Amino acid sequence: MSVLVYVENAEGKFKKSIFEAVSYAKAVANQLETNLVAISIGNVASSDLENLGKFGAEKVLNVTNDKLKTFVNQAYASVVAEAAKKESSTVVVLSNSFSGKGLAPRIGAKLEAAVADGAVDLPSTDGGKFIIKKTAFSNKAFAFVEMNSAIKVISLTPNSYKIEEVVGSANVEEFTSDIKDSDFKAIIKEIVRATDKVSLPDAELVVSAGRGLKGPENWGMIEELADLLGAATACSKPVSDADWRPHSEHVGQTGIAISPNLYIAIGISGAIQHLAGVSSSKVIVVINKDPEAPFFKVADYGIVGDAFEVVPKMIAAVKSLKANA
Amino acid sequence: MMKILVCISNVPDTTTKITFTNENTQFNTAGVQFVLNPYDEIALSRAIELTENGNGTVTVINVGEISTEPTIRKALAIGATDAVRINAAPHDAYYVAQQIAAYAKDQSFDLILTGRESIDYNGAKVAAMLGELLDIPSVSIIKKLDVDGNAATVEREIEGGKEVITIPFPFVAGTAEGVAEWKIPNMRGIMSARTKPLAVVEPVEVKTLSDVVKFETPTPRGTVKLVDAADPEKLIELLHSEAKVF
Ligand SMILES: Cc1cc2nc3c(=O)[nH]c(=O)nc-3n(C[C@H](O)[C@H](O)[C@H](O)COP(=O)(O)OP(=O)(O)OC[C@H]3O[C@@H](n4cnc5c(N)ncnc54)[C@H](O)[C@@H]3O)c2cc1C
Ligand SMILES: Cc1cc2nc3c(=O)[nH]c(=O)nc-3n(C[C@H](O)[C@H](O)[C@H](O)COP(=O)(O)OP(=O)(O)OC[C@H]3O[C@@H](n4cnc5c(N)ncnc54)[C@H](O)[C@@H]3O)c2cc1C
Repeated sequence: MSVLVYVENAEGKFKKSIFEAVSYAKAVANQLETNLVAISIGNVASSDLENLGKFGAEKVLNVTNDKLKTFVNQAYASVVAEAAKKESSTVVVLSNSFSGKGLAPRIGAKLEAAVADGAVDLPSTDGGKFIIKKTAFSNKAFAFVEMNSAIKVISLTPNSYKIEEVVGSANVEEFTSDIKDSDFKAIIKEIVRATDKVSLPDAELVVSAGRGLKGPENWGMIEELADLLGAATACSKPVSDADWRPHSEHVGQTGIAISPNLYIAIGISGAIQHLAGVSSSKVIVVINKDPEAPFFKVADYGIVGDAFEVVPKMIAAVKSLKANA
Repeated sequence: MMKILVCISNVPDTTTKITFTNENTQFNTAGVQFVLNPYDEIALSRAIELTENGNGTVTVINVGEISTEPTIRKALAIGATDAVRINAAPHDAYYVAQQIAAYAKDQSFDLILTGRESIDYNGAKVAAMLGELLDIPSVSIIKKLDVDGNAATVEREIEGGKEVITIPFPFVAGTAEGVAEWKIPNMRGIMSARTKPLAVVEPVEVKTLSDVVKFETPTPRGTVKLVDAADPEKLIELLHSEAKVF
């Protein structure tokens, strides 16, 4: 028996969400009184692989096949499923990243395993059951999903489980698997990555703005505040629809759902479809000139005021806080 | 001639207040307006664009009980050629994917589209499961879809960027915003939808892998702490020393 965690890399490096996934998988392994094995595909420095021991991995399977350098979900699913069989894994853990979403269901279907997408907590294993809590109805509720299959696949929502460090270093082993050509029909032509910015799904802090900002020319102060805080920027749907901001920043029911530690909403009314994507943020701050804006009902902190006066003062306050730190 | 299958789900309208009954074990459908999942509408719109001028057919498929037929008719009104309803409650994503795979396997569709996720259970699973069950490629969240002969170019969303991928037919893709604009059915569409074929197919036997045993609504936040507009420094101070978020 074992728990297997797939450690996705972004250009050879592990992000925070991966350490969260390893810590989570370790806790599941402890619950089941078994070992934690990690599997990495692609080129990652061996010191980074050994370092996974610090989060609880005892062994790391390292797959370095040249054909698997870039992510192809079909082929990666075959490799992870094969490793799960070899390691007699009963639970497979992934991070619920964009790639994880393309991978977990394929692994599940291969292993006839139930897939819990977007878990937000450890499983409850009382009475021999295996129940996972996940968000449902676009963040308006949680569903508790009982998984009945012999093998279970869990993808973990980023920023929902605390990293736990332990003492240890992982043993790295090469892992080779048979790969079939038919798994490589999808061919990546180009990867475009804005590397200078914090990516929205990974961000711990997010500064977001809506139609209250009047036009794209007014985003300078939003970006400045975000840069100062090391935050990502986001926006409401009408803003990206009007091409004031890129679609990748659109949060909500039809955009992306995020759960950062801090979400600052500036000039956003708080429509139900917007809240669907952001209501699981840990702390919500609302800046809006209308005291009746629905967003205040779900906020922790707020200022009723004109964004064009308030935001520059917030920027100055963050600067002086940093200067005094 | 392109043959496209679009998978559609029947979900509560985006403004629905979500409540539960039976000691929080069942979603309370009383008074709830059900609609075509917004992402599936994007998939359908793109499929219709790609087959315009008699250049192919668009079949919509839903796994659902008879109560979903108004949503299926809406898809026909928007412009689908015909429809299939697998007559069963959609137990979970695996069940749904198995039913669709069983139907699609002998039909030689060039392209199978789903939405990126259903807005009720938000699984984002059906596309990739379907790909696996049919042993064809799948891309879960695409923002662009262009067809050229027997292959397509899609843009897949990744953290902070995108990937441009080419894939030969057949494959499965889950569509997100950007792939197409929502289409509003016109009067002619609505009239013709009534007479377009809607086949009802009985489900195949599928192993149950998961059950939702309970629901919970998030604990409401306390009342908002308001800071005077003249004093944003105070807000930054509170975020720093009280909320400790930076
Ligand atoms: C099917 C469907 C899906 C949808 N999905 C999404 C989604 O995913 N994400 C999303 O965001 N929306 C979504 N919407 C749209 C949603 O219903 C709202 O229309 C949208 O969120 C409103 O955006 P907004 O708050 O930026 O603009 P508005 O509602 O116009 O609000 C602007 C706010 O700015 C305030 N304001 C104006 N001037 C100032 C100032 N100087 N200083 C401070 N405040 C100011 C106003 O008081 C107001 O509250 C969806 C709608 C539908 C029907
Ligand atoms: C009475 C009732 C009880 C239910 N109970 C459960 C439950 O206990 N657990 C559970 O997981 N689900 C349950 N569902 C099913 C749920 O509505 C979803 O259809 C199904 O679980 C897939 O969810 P998902 O979020 O994983 O889909 P996703 O993977 O997010 O869906 C992606 C895409 O797949 C397609 N798709 C999804 N569902 C269907 C469908 N039914 N027919 C055709 N295409 C579809 C759509 O294109 C959709 O955009 C229940 C539904 C009903 C009506």
